Amino acid sequence: MPLELKSKVPAGPLPEKWDRHRFDMKLVNPSNKRKYTVIVVGSGLAGGAAAATLSELGYNVRCYCYQDSPRRAHSIAAQGGINAAKNYQNDGDSVQRLFYDTIKGGDFRAREGNVYRLAQISMSIIDQCVAQGVPFAREYGGLLANRSFGGAQVSRTFYARGQTGQQLLLGAYQALEKEIDRGGVTMFARAEMLDLIVVNGRARGIVVRDEITGTIEPHLADAVVLATGGYGNVFYLSTNAKGCNATAIWRAYKRGAAFANPCFTQIHPTCIPVAGDYQSKLTLMSESLRNDGRVWVPARKDDCGKAPGDVAEADRDYFLERKYPSFGNLSPRDIASRAAKEVCDEGRGVGPGGRGVYLDFADAIQRAGEDRIRERYGNLFEMYQRITDENPYQVPMRIYPAVHYTMGGLWVDYNLMSNIPGLHVAGEANFSDHGANRLGASALMQGLADGYFVLPNTLGDYLASNKLEPVATDAPEVVAAVADVATRTSRLLGVRGTRTVASFHRELGKIMWEYCGMARSAEGLRTALELIPKLRAEFWRDVMVPGEGTELNKTLEHAGRVADFLELGELMCRDALHREESCGGHFRLEHQTPDGEARRDDDRFAYVAAWEYAGIDAPAVLNKEPLVYENIKLSQRSYK
Amino acid sequence: MQLTLKVWRQRGPDVEGGLEEYQAADISPEMSFLEMLDTVNERLIEKGEVPIAFDHDCREGICGSCGMMIDGVAHGPMKGTATCQLHMRTFKDGDTVVIEPWRARAFPVIKDLVVDRGALDRIIGAGGYVSVSTGGAKDGNIIPVPKLDADRAMDAAACIGCGACVAACLNGSASLFTSAKLSHLGLLPQGQPERYRRALKMVAQMDIESFGGCTLYGECQEACPKEISIDFISRMNRDFLYAAVTTSAESGVGDDS
Amino acid sequence: MWVLTLYRSTIGKKAIMAVTGLVLVGFVIGHMAGNLQVFLGATKMNAYAAFLKSLGELLWLARIGLFVALVLHVLMAWQLTRLKQNARPVAYHLRAPQVSTVASRTMRWGGVLLLAFIVFHILHFTTGTVFPSASTPDAIYPVWSATDVYGNIISAFRTPWVVAAYVVAMLFLMLHLFHGAWSSVRTLGLARSSNFPLHRRVATVIALVVWLGFSVIPVAVFLGVIR
Ligand SMILES: Cc1cc2nc3c(=O)[nH]c(=O)nc-3n(C[C@H](O)[C@H](O)[C@H](O)COP(=O)(O)OP(=O)(O)OC[C@H]3O[C@@H](n4cnc5c(N)ncnc54)[C@H](O)[C@@H]3O)c2cc1C
Ligand code: HEM
Ligand code: HEM
Ligand code: SF4
Ligand code: F3S
Ligand code: FES
Repeated sequence: MPLELKSKVPAGPLPEKWDRHRFDMKLVNPSNKRKYTVIVVGSGLAGGAAAATLSELGYNVRCYCYQDSPRRAHSIAAQGGINAAKNYQNDGDSVQRLFYDTIKGGDFRAREGNVYRLAQISMSIIDQCVAQGVPFAREYGGLLANRSFGGAQVSRTFYARGQTGQQLLLGAYQALEKEIDRGGVTMFARAEMLDLIVVNGRARGIVVRDEITGTIEPHLADAVVLATGGYGNVFYLSTNAKGCNATAIWRAYKRGAAFANPCFTQIHPTCIPVAGDYQSKLTLMSESLRNDGRVWVPARKDDCGKAPGDVAEADRDYFLERKYPSFGNLSPRDIASRAAKEVCDEGRGVGPGGRGVYLDFADAIQRAGEDRIRERYGNLFEMYQRITDENPYQVPMRIYPAVHYTMGGLWVDYNLMSNIPGLHVAGEANFSDHGANRLGASALMQGLADGYFVLPNTLGDYLASNKLEPVATDAPEVVAAVADVATRTSRLLGVRGTRTVASFHRELGKIMWEYCGMARSAEGLRTALELIPKLRAEFWRDVMVPGEGTELNKTLEHAGRVADFLELGELMCRDALHREESCGGHFRLEHQTPDGEARRDDDRFAYVAAWEYAGIDAPAVLNKEPLVYENIKLSQRSYK
Repeated sequence: MQLTLKVWRQRGPDVEGGLEEYQAADISPEMSFLEMLDTVNERLIEKGEVPIAFDHDCREGICGSCGMMIDGVAHGPMKGTATCQLHMRTFKDGDTVVIEPWRARAFPVIKDLVVDRGALDRIIGAGGYVSVSTGGAKDGNIIPVPKLDADRAMDAAACIGCGACVAACLNGSASLFTSAKLSHLGLLPQGQPERYRRALKMVAQMDIESFGGCTLYGECQEACPKEISIDFISRMNRDFLYAAVTTSAESGVGDDS
Repeated sequence: MWVLTLYRSTIGKKAIMAVTGLVLVGFVIGHMAGNLQVFLGATKMNAYAAFLKSLGELLWLARIGLFVALVLHVLMAWQLTRLKQNARPVAYHLRAPQVSTVASRTMRWGGVLLLAFIVFHILHFTTGTVFPSASTPDAIYPVWSATDVYGNIISAFRTPWVVAAYVVAMLFLMLHLFHGAWSSVRTLGLARSSNFPLHRRVATVIALVVWLGFSVIPVAVFLGVIR
C-alpha cells in the first residue's frame, strides 16, 4: 500500500501560516524538557544550530559528527554568502520576492508553504548571527554590506569575505560548545551513525560506531534529527568535503523513510577544472565571482589553443551575456552550467582536454581597480593560484561545472518530520525548499532556518503530542539493528579482495557523471542502471579493506559510504529516468525547447517523487506528493 | 617525480611508534600533498598493507582537519597554506620528506598522523562565545560596527582551528589560537559584555589543557595557514592582565581558574 | 585574589617575569652608566662608589629590591620552562624553526649563564671573595680593596680569562635583552600593532648600548687604555 505523504502545510493565507501554526502547536512544559532526550546527527549549520537551540530550551541533547570536531562540518566550506529579505539596499526586495525567486529558481518543484516560511525566517537568521558576533562584511557607515548572487536581481546576500559558511558555522559551533560546557549537549565527535533504530513505528535511536575504538553501540532517545548534509559525493568528484556521505539518510531510507527527488542534483558552473585522474576533489570558485567576472570562450574552435590574451575581443563569445541578456553572467546555476557544457561540446572549450571556459576579470580590474577586486575576492584568487599556479589578476580563470549540491533528500512534511514518526530531517539532508534547483546563498539560509527556528518549535510539538514509552537497550529492534551493523562491518572487512575502495568510488562517479550528470537521456540512464548493479556486485566480491574494525580505520569508513553510494546511485538514475521532463538541475535531452532550454511538464510532473525502499534487489516504489500552487502561477522559467 | 617519505607510523594511542620509509613513485607536480599520500596509500592497500592514517575533509584549507609536520615545518614549506592546499610542485624530484604528527601533550596521537585536538574545542567551550540564546536578537543593523573593527575581527575569526600554531611553537603554546578567538569577539560590540570574563576563562582552560606559555617566538604566526598575527597575543595578554587585576571573584571566574 | 590569578596562569607568570625583567634592565643601564665613570679617573669613580655606600639603608633597600626581582624572575623562568617541557613530552625527529631568533631561543640557557655570571660577579667585585690576581699583578693596585673600586677594576681585568669571561657574559646579556626588552612589552600587552614597532627598535638599541657600555671597560683596561 502506498505511503500517505501529508505535507501538513497549515491552512490560511501564506503570510500567516507559520505564525498560526506556531500558536496551534503544543508546548512542552519547561520543567519536563530535560526529561526528553533528542539525538541530533550532524553538527553543520542545521545540526549545530538545532542542537544548541534545543539545549538552550532545556532538552537533553546528544550530537554526533564524523569529524574530530563539530566545527569541521562541511558547512565550513561555504564561501559566497547567505540570503535574507532585509531589503537594506532598498532595491525592492521583500519576503514575497525572496519567496518567488526561490520557487522560480527551483523551477516550480518546491512547496509554497515551506519556501514562504523560509523567506520569513531569513531575517531573524541574520539578526541571530550578528548577535553571536559573526563578523559580516560592513560598509564604512558600520551597517551590513550586501552583494548580488545568481538568480536574483536584488542585492540580498550577506557575507563575511569569502568565508561566510565558516563564520556562520563558527557562530553555531560556539553556541554548541557553550551548551556542551553547560552540560546540555553531550557531543560525540569521530562517531558515525550507521543505522536508525525504529521501535513500533517510531524513530527511537541510532546505531553508532566510535571511529577510534570501533565499538558499535545503540544510542536511544525520544526523537531523532538527521542533519547529515548532501550526497553529492556519489559522483566521486564534487565540491563536497571528502567525508560527505549519504550513509545516515540511506540507512533511514532502508528503515522506511521516503527518499524524495533523488535525481535533483545541482551542478555548479564555477569550479576549477579537473587536472588529472589522481584528482581527489573539485574546488569551487564562489558564484559571487560572477558579479565581476565575464564568462567567455573563443568564438572559433581554432582559437582555443591560443593564449587567452591573443584572442581578439571580436573573436570572443561571451555566451551567457549573448543567450541571457537580462541576467547575463548571473543567470542561475543550472542554466550557466549547461551553457558551458554546450560550448565545450561544440569543441570551443579551453585548457587541458578542452573542458573549461574563461572567467575573465580584466574589465572589472579596469573598472574598479585591482585593489577593489582584491578586497572582494582576494582569498578566492589566492586559492585559485595555489591550485593552478596561474595568476588570475593577469590571465582569466579557467572554470568548469562540477557537482555541488543535492536538492533531493529524505521526504519531510512542513514540520520537517519524515514519514517515520519521530525522525526529523534538516538542512541539505532533506528535500524541502529548493525544488529542482537551489539558488546561490540559499542553503545556508535553509540550514539555519531549520536548525535555529523551525525544528525547535516543531520538535516540541511532536514530543508534547505523543506518549513515548522508554525503550530498553535489549529491545529486539535495538539488538537487531546493532547486529545488522556488526555483520555489515565484518562483511566489508571479510572480502579481502584486490581492488581499492577509491577505485570503485571513482568508477561509480564516472558512470553517474556520464549518464546522470548535466544532461540525461533515457538510453544513458538505462545503461547506468545496468552498470551500477554490476559494479556493486563486484564491490562486494573484490573490495580490499585492510586493517581491523576495532581501530581507527578510515578505509573501512570510506568503504561503508561507497557501499551506500552504490545503492543510492541506482535510485537516482531510476528517479531521473521516470521524470520525463526537464526541470532545474534535471535536464532530459528528450525534453527541451527548440533553442535548447529545459521544457517542464507541469501537467504530468508537478509532484514530489518520494521513493520507498522495497528490498535490495526489488525496484524502489514510487509515491507522489502533488505540488499545489495557490499563490504562484506556474510559468516557463526565463532568464533571457 | 619520485620521492622518499619518512612517515611516523603508530598503530594506536598507547602503542610504540616510529618513522618508516616509503617510496612515492611517479608523482605529478600538479598533485596536492594529500593526493600524493592518497597515491601512496592506494598502492599500500593493493599490497594488502594498512594505509597511512591522516585527518582531512574539505581539502580547501578551511575545515582545519588536515595538518602534519613536513620536514619539521607545520603544514610544510609554503607560507599561509594548509597541508591540503600544498602542492607537489613545491618539492623537487628525489627529495626525502619527513612527515610527523602534531606533537603536544594536549594533542595525543590516535594513530599515525591523526591526533586528538579536543583541547581546542574545550578552550572555546570555556568562554569562546557570546551568550545569546536563539530568538532574542534585535535587528542586525541596530548596532553599527566600524568597518575597520569588523575587518580586524574577521582577520582573527579566520582561524580554522588546525592546531599548527601549537605544533610549531617551541613551547607547545596555544596562545595564537586562543588569542584569535578572544580578539574576534573582543573587537566587536557584541563581544564586549563578556570580554574580560571570557579572557580569564579561556586562558584558564588553555592552562588546564597543559599547553605551554608564550615566549614570543613567532613560529605560530609563520605556520598559521590563515597568517593570524601574534599582535592578537598582545591583545589577549592585555585583556587577561586587566581582567586578572580588576575582575573580582563573583564574576564566576574565581571558582574554576 | 588577583595575585594568585596571576601566579596560577602562564600569562601571569610571564608578566611577573616581564616586570622583574624590566626592573633588572633598569638596574643594568644605571649600573653601566655608573661603571663608565672609570674613564673619568680614580677619584671620580671612587667618589661615586663611596656615595653609593653612604646611602646606607637606601642602598640596602635597592639591593633587596634587586634581589627579589632577580629571584622572582629566575623562579618564573624555571616554572615556565618546566611547563614548556611538560607541554611537549615527545620531541620531533626533525623540526626546523622558521622565524624565531637565536636571542629568543637562548633565553633560558643564556639566563642561566647570566645567573652564574651575577653570582661570580658579586663575589668578585662586591665582596672580593673570589678575586683571581693576575700572573703579573698591577704595580699600583695589586689586590682587592673594599674602598678602591677603581683599583679593583684595573687589577681585575689584567687577567685574560676574566676579561674573556666578562666579554662573553656581556654577549649573552645583549642577546637576552634583544629579545627580552622587546617581548616584555608584548607580554604586558602594551604593544601596538604596527609593521615597524617602536619597542622593537628601542630593544635593539638597549641591547647594543648595554653590550658596548659594559664590554668596553674590561677591554680598555686590558689594552691599558686606562690604568
Ligand atoms: C564548496 C561549497 C560552497 C558552498 N557555498 C555556499 C554558499 O555560498 N551559500 C550557501 O547558501 N550554500 C553554500 N553551499 C551549500 C551549503 O554549504 C550546504 O548545503 C550546507 O552547509 C549544508 O549544511 P548541513 O548542516 O545540512 O550539512 P553539513 O554542513 O554538511 O553537515 C553535515 C554534518 O553531518 C555529520 N555527518 C554526516 N554523516 C554522518 C554520519 N553518518 N554519522 C555522523 N555524522 C554524520 C557531519 O559530521 C557534519 O557535522 C556550499 C557548498 C559547498 C560544497
Ligand atoms: C664589565 C662589566 C661590569 C663591571 C666593570 C662591573 C663592576 C661592578 C663593580 C665594581 C661592582 C661593585 C660596586 C661596589 O661594591 O661598590 C659591581 C657590583 C654589581 N654589579 Fe657589576 N659590573 C659589570 C657588569 C655587571 C652586569 C652585566 C650585571 C648584571 C647583569 C652586574 C650586576 C652587579 C650587581 C648586582 C652588583 C652588586 C651591587 C651592589 O652590591 O649593590 N654587573 N659591579
Ligand atoms: C639571572 C638570571 C636570569 C635568568 C635565568 C633569566 C631567564 C629568562 C628567561 C628564561 C626569559 C624568557 C621567559 C619566557 O619568555 O618564557 C627571560 C626573559 C626576560 N629576562 Fe631574564 N633572565 C635572567 C636575568 C635577566 C637579567 C639580568 C635581565 C635584565 C638585565 C633580564 C631581563 C629579562 C627580560 C626583560 C625578559 C623578557 C620577559 C618577557 O618576555 O616577558 N633577565 N629571562
Ligand atoms: S591560529 Fe592559525 S595555526 Fe592556530 S589553529 Fe588557528 S588557523 Fe591553525
Ligand atoms: S610560537 Fe609560541 S612562543 Fe608564542 S609567539 Fe607563537 S605561541
Ligand atoms: S582538509 Fe580541510 S583544511 Fe585541509
